[in-house]
Amino acid sequence: MASEEPLFDPTLKKRKKKQVAFTEDPLGADADPTAPAPDTIDSTTLNGDAVDLGPTTAHEAMKEGADKKKEDDEFKAMFGDMKKKKKKKEIPLDFGNDSGTSTPTTTTAPPAEAPPAIIASDDLDFSDIKKKKKSSKKKAAFDLDAFEKELNEHKAKAAEDEEEEGVEPSTHLDHLDEAELGEDPFAQGEAPVGVEAGTEAWLKSDRDYTYQELLTRFYASLHAANPSLLSSSSQKRYTIAPPSIHREGNKKTIFANVTDICKKMHRQPEHVIQFLFSEMGTTGSVDGAGRLVIKGRFQQKQVENVLRRYIVEYVTCKTCKSPDTLLTKENRIFFMACESCGSRRSVNPIKSGFQAQVGKRSKNKTG
Amino acid sequence: MSVQNLTTFDPFADEGDPLGDSQDVGSQADYIHIRIQQRNGRKTLTTLQGLPKQYDSKKILKAFKKEFACNGTLVDDEKMGQVIQLQGDQRAKISNFLTENGIEKSTIKVHGF
Repeated sequence: MASEEPLFDPTLKKRKKKQVAFTEDPLGADADPTAPAPDTIDSTTLNGDAVDLGPTTAHEAMKEGADKKKEDDEFKAMFGDMKKKKKKKEIPLDFGNDSGTSTPTTTTAPPAEAPPAIIASDDLDFSDIKKKKKSSKKKAAFDLDAFEKELNEHKAKAAEDEEEEGVEPSTHLDHLDEAELGEDPFAQGEAPVGVEAGTEAWLKSDRDYTYQELLTRFYASLHAANPSLLSSSSQKRYTIAPPSIHREGNKKTIFANVTDICKKMHRQPEHVIQFLFSEMGTTGSVDGAGRLVIKGRFQQKQVENVLRRYIVEYVTCKTCKSPDTLLTKENRIFFMACESCGSRRSVNPIKSGFQAQVGKRSKNKTG
Repeated sequence: MSVQNLTTFDPFADEGDPLGDSQDVGSQADYIHIRIQQRNGRKTLTTLQGLPKQYDSKKILKAFKKEFACNGTLVDDEKMGQVIQLQGDQRAKISNFLTENGIEKSTIKVHGF
């Protein structure tokens, strides 16, 4: 406890100023530069605790819920206690709310607050922090604080459970704010939620570390060290542009981007075209603009299927599935050499099979 | 005494010479090719090429014609041998028919779009 206090001192001083503003303006808290709008809404309703804080931000909603629980518990537990104490507590609770609104919004406070949050998962510390805030706000004597502490600790051990719920999200939020400020948001944003606090917990303990803990710790540190690993893993898929197929007249199909696709696959267009013709059992030619004119009607899906088969047969390496291959011709036999794994193998020659007689025999030269 | 490691053993002995059996390297003789050709309009033609010798293509053609309710013919090609020609797109049906009657699916190659 005592060791944490010096850490908090600067923030507390900062807050003192703000909190002075609070005391002057109990309703509006216009001194808050970051979030003026919700506070004004509060002022309209006067008892902003329960109703209006909720919709403004999720953070506040969490805290409100906790505060509501606190209040309920207080009402339940405090029937036996004195009414004065009630008042005292209710006032600080309101301030607690205000401070709660101020903590996530102000950017200066969280970084200072966060490290202790990591250090101490105990909730009592946070309640103490809140009390410190209260004390600073009120500028009241320490006796009052002591009273409040005692009251809080004695009366509401049941309420502490709720306080835990109320406080923990605030720690998460602080972490998030820290992550936003930090250089790589992914690593820090992920880590603090479960891992950093967890590491602090189980690194000190003597028990055997579970596999899951170590695994998450490893990945957290790995991604923190090199954030480039985060995004690159899933983008390895081999993609080419879909073939753009148009109809020329009634009986011919134009495959416009055949050269682009061949370039993408690192294959000679002649090879690809030969394969297309033999597979589709037709003929055609390349026109002046580099487009392929295919005899017959073909839809984009059909050409896509044939291209897919070509890629499987002549582009992807059979050993490592990498599309990074080279096709070379040696002694009338095509060889496919993989750039990534170094394997080299011959591929089937493209052979057009039996071509049935279609159309008029008189048009056919051989017929 | 014989040392096992020193005995000469050809692991590919029972495979035979891969290049000796067929005339040209990488021939398509061991595959059954099912192809499709477009005719005028929506009409198509399916050709079955490379049927193993032990099957009687005439009888198989007859079975195809009855099963698929289409006409067909047997074409003698100098290079490809006997080729079954069927009217319409019968590729999937032929492939099913052949696999159901005990031909390895890996030996069947379906071409076309």
